[in-house]
Amino acid sequence: MSTSTAPPALPTALALKTQLALYRLLVELRYCEKRAYDLFLQNLIKGTSHLALGQEAVAAGFGHAMEKDDYTFCTYRGHHHTLARGASMSAVLGELMGRECGLLAGKGGSMHLTSVEHGVMGSYAIVGSHLPIAVGAAWSAQYRGTRQAAVAFFGDGTTNIGAFHEAINLAAVWKLPVIFVCENNLYMEYTPIRSVTAVEHPAADRAAAYGLPSIIVDGNDVEAVYRTALAALGRARAGEGPSIIECKTYRHSGHSRADPAKYRPPGELQAWLERDPLPNYRQRLIADGVPQASLDAIEHTAMAQVDQATETCKASPPPAVATAFTDLWADGGTAWRN
Amino acid sequence: MAELSYRDAVAAAIAQEMERDERVVFLGEDVGGAGGVFKTTVGLLERFGPRRVRDTPISELAILGAAMGAAMTGLRPIAEVMFSDFLACCWDYVANEIPKMRYMTNGQFTMPLVIRTANGAGSRFGAQHSQSVENWAMAIPGIKVVAPSNPADVKGLLAAAIRDPDPVVFFEHKSLYATKGEVPDGEHVEPLGAAKVLRRGSDITIVALAAMVPRALQAAEILATQHRIAATVIDLRSLVPLDAQTLLAETVRTGRLFTVEENPRLCGWGAEISSIITEECFFDLDQPVVRITTPHIPLPAADALEDAVIPSVQRIVDEVVRATDFRPRNSHGL
Repeated sequence: MSTSTAPPALPTALALKTQLALYRLLVELRYCEKRAYDLFLQNLIKGTSHLALGQEAVAAGFGHAMEKDDYTFCTYRGHHHTLARGASMSAVLGELMGRECGLLAGKGGSMHLTSVEHGVMGSYAIVGSHLPIAVGAAWSAQYRGTRQAAVAFFGDGTTNIGAFHEAINLAAVWKLPVIFVCENNLYMEYTPIRSVTAVEHPAADRAAAYGLPSIIVDGNDVEAVYRTALAALGRARAGEGPSIIECKTYRHSGHSRADPAKYRPPGELQAWLERDPLPNYRQRLIADGVPQASLDAIEHTAMAQVDQATETCKASPPPAVATAFTDLWADGGTAWRN
Repeated sequence: MAELSYRDAVAAAIAQEMERDERVVFLGEDVGGAGGVFKTTVGLLERFGPRRVRDTPISELAILGAAMGAAMTGLRPIAEVMFSDFLACCWDYVANEIPKMRYMTNGQFTMPLVIRTANGAGSRFGAQHSQSVENWAMAIPGIKVVAPSNPADVKGLLAAAIRDPDPVVFFEHKSLYATKGEVPDGEHVEPLGAAKVLRRGSDITIVALAAMVPRALQAAEILATQHRIAATVIDLRSLVPLDAQTLLAETVRTGRLFTVEENPRLCGWGAEISSIITEECFFDLDQPVVRITTPHIPLPAADALEDAVIPSVQRIVDEVVRATDFRPRNSHGL
């Protein structure tokens, strides 16, 4: 993968602390997402779910690069982004399971994970809808004179919907601190993105239309994502306007729970599994001299966290029915008449 | 009291609120430099500057999405959608995003924003620039729906909408922009969700909204002078919150309710009111609720056709007379 703009001016080697933090995030996101899949098979998670297995490096790289008060806007495939900003596993899994302990106390579900206290300003289930909303948050940050940036994550399919273009144009015209991050996993739901898109790189090739540089990054390389994120965040905070970043990645499972992904050509999944961000980063760290015991410890801790979160969720009751009638309005109620 | 036009009352309300609250910002197409295509926002750019009064591209998705994102992060945006018909271009935000965010997130957000839009017929603009679509918005849980009929209410209700912590769609009526009326001096704010009884009569009750209000008042005058029918006229002012108690009380007093609606008939707001009245005061009624609406057709452009299908003063009079076949309820022997 190449980057057509100048690489960000960062030290060639990341500090060990940063590397371990990135690895920890990758592991936590992977383990928690796998657990979500298991809980589905046990029918403890109902409804639908869109797993991000294979795409964790994008969330980890950005999640670690962002400041606490930056804004994340993501799609229905957003468990990893929500966790990467610091939401707890029990809150995320609890929401998927429809329990009282869930992030939204069961009122939002898998596709709407939100944690304002962690800067996760919503997961949006209508393709493209959150890009203009992220623009609005960036506009607000600019208006209020803060250093905050908004980051909108979306799939390759989003690049063909009108909201994508309206949002980027407005962000460019108003020079807003917003970063548009495309997770190009090659498939628009069940359809290869290349078969429905006029250009090869669905996000990066559109950047020129808005006077923005074309940036492509290996979305399975957590350090590459992290460096690119830092550069774009720096640009946003410096008042230089928006960025579009296309992360090339791959989802290991189907589009959603309902999709066995039989449309993929033979060998494709295997080839991408060889580029799985997790084992690849592990090997790289070991090759760099990171003690294997440190990595083992991260993995053990993450697995214990997932197990603990699972037990917490199983013990949590379903939400009280009365909560279905709260918080439509700011007064806490749902009344529409006197 | 000063006399203001309905159009000038819009700018007066926005200015009043921008003056008192730095968080209020305003965006839309042609709203700044041009002062609005209906000249409703003249002078705001000069007074508050381009940081707070922002011209946008023709991007309804971006306008409402940006307003939403700003509302979620501490501002109180006013977004203009030039014609209410164009709400269909950004319906995702009106129907899926703005009204549901607080509920879905278990109260993590408030959504203090106003969508202002020019609604209704009378300008001979045809089927895509003349509709009354207040009933579209009314069907969505989580959004307030306001439609003023006079300049004082434009100022007072728009100010209240801007201060409200919940999202409001504010339907201004195109054919009322040139009308004038007294507006209280100084700060003027009217509560949302309070219907107003404009005229009291003991025989029938007419409830109307926006441009149908002056028509209902004229019809009431004709009914009184030519048909000896005394009408109560209610200006509904807001559909959500709905002042059902005023409707019930005023219907019980006369036993006869007529709705005058500019929206097309199917699922128009009067249908919900008819349902409430029928369920909650059926035994106080002397006749079925009668709905006077635009027929269920797209709006034609020619003036002769448009005038023929929008409820007119004469049609209101005729419908009332026909429906009551009138023997005055409280005047036995006449």
